[in-house]
Amino acid sequence: MLLMKRLLIALFCILSLPVFANEPAATQAEATEQEAFNPGEMILHHIGDSHEWHWFSTDNDHLTTYLPIIAYQPGKGLSVFSSKHVAEGESYNGFKLEHEHLVAEDGSKVYDFSLTKNAFALLLSSIMMLVVFSIVASGYKKRRGSAPKGIQSFFEVIIVFIRDEVAKKSIGPKYERYMPYLLTVFFFIWFNNLLGLTPGAANLTGNIAVTLTLAMLTLLVTLFSSNKYYWSHIFATPGVPMWLRPIMIPVELIGVVTKPFSLMVRLFANITAGHIVILSFISLIFIFRSIYVAPVSLAFGLFINVLELLVAILQAYIFTLLTAMYIGGAVEEHHDADLQIGGGDAATPAHSHGH
Amino acid sequence: MQIVTPEFGLIFWQLIIFLIVLFLLAKFAWKPILSSLKEREDSIESALRMADEAKLEMQQLKASNEKLLAEARQERDRMLHEATQMSNQLIEQAKTKATEEGGRMIVQAREAIQNEKNAALAEVKNTAAQLSIDIAERILRRELADTNSQQQLVDSYLKDVKLN
Repeated sequence: MLLMKRLLIALFCILSLPVFANEPAATQAEATEQEAFNPGEMILHHIGDSHEWHWFSTDNDHLTTYLPIIAYQPGKGLSVFSSKHVAEGESYNGFKLEHEHLVAEDGSKVYDFSLTKNAFALLLSSIMMLVVFSIVASGYKKRRGSAPKGIQSFFEVIIVFIRDEVAKKSIGPKYERYMPYLLTVFFFIWFNNLLGLTPGAANLTGNIAVTLTLAMLTLLVTLFSSNKYYWSHIFATPGVPMWLRPIMIPVELIGVVTKPFSLMVRLFANITAGHIVILSFISLIFIFRSIYVAPVSLAFGLFINVLELLVAILQAYIFTLLTAMYIGGAVEEHHDADLQIGGGDAATPAHSHGH
Repeated sequence: MQIVTPEFGLIFWQLIIFLIVLFLLAKFAWKPILSSLKEREDSIESALRMADEAKLEMQQLKASNEKLLAEARQERDRMLHEATQMSNQLIEQAKTKATEEGGRMIVQAREAIQNEKNAALAEVKNTAAQLSIDIAERILRRELADTNSQQQLVDSYLKDVKLN
């Protein structure tokens, strides 16, 4: 999926470069004279977090919902106020916003606990998840033992899929303990991926703080459920000679951290890339300042958007599957597969057969 | 860059809200959903197993019925055979008995005839003896008259007497 995005970005670059090259210098100068459109800035503004929820702007007015700012300063304590007071570069109560980053005017340390656009979207999506799944759960209470109906049957397929194809296969007999975490992670990512595609909504799963937290939780779940085989695999990898241990132990220890790191980067990069591609196609209209580009932009934007619907569930599935596999590796009891790879005995007879 | 710098505040909210959601969903959604899913699957599985068992039982019942039928048929054949045999045997027995009885009766009749014959002969002998004595008596009575006549008398008596 990522490759496909890269290809599309590359295609976009190739298509657009000659146009830029052929554009007369006069037009460019004219463009800079009028208000300069900076697609990079616009895109980063859209995919980034904000202290206000900006819906849309007309020529002389903005429709913005100002969100609460909650700041903690070690010496001064907590201060709560609306972000309206610090909008447009104003300063309030000794605070101001620098590139959407809350700083104190006197330069002292500020811990920003604000309910930002993403935190607010997080709250909304969480409430949505709670409502949806309490409806689903009530369906099971109402129709105990009989066939599912409505929204219940829609989610049952997915829940059963996560249980049978992800948890049972990757974790093994102890899967039941981890089902709540896996299901919550899957639906959290999926719901927020889809909500992120909604126009005007926040890009929550494309935010590195969110993916970092999810990956950290996966790491913690893995470490807390790990057994002695997991650690013996790291400190005394089977089949590796003694003198290689000083190299292998750091490598294995790094591996423990790189697994959740890859989870964090994969989700963040996939979702952010999708948003960037869609926004880039829309930016084309403003870059060319021509309505005739709009159909092309719309067609490509629509295509990527539909693709993103697929990516939304795919990334949720991949995150859940990898989490289940890491947990499965930590709770695994037997290491038959490793012995086959590690010991050369198994390979030798087969090799001599060849001669 | 700003987008790859995780912000402390969002990590804080994400951690708290996600854990609350995880806790609430685990308690009020996943637990009842997964348990009732399992319950339903178990009941379906047991129903299927029971259907299989019933099918097997039916087959067994059918087989045993057929076996019973075959056994009954065999029993009937055997009984018929036995009855025929027995009746034949009875007829044979009766025949032999009748023959034996007949033989025995013939022997008895023969014996009786012999006895009668013997008795008759004895009586003839007795009669003959009696007659001889009578004759002798008459001869003795007529002895006084004439020897010739005595002879004649004896002859006439002898002529009268016919041994049958």
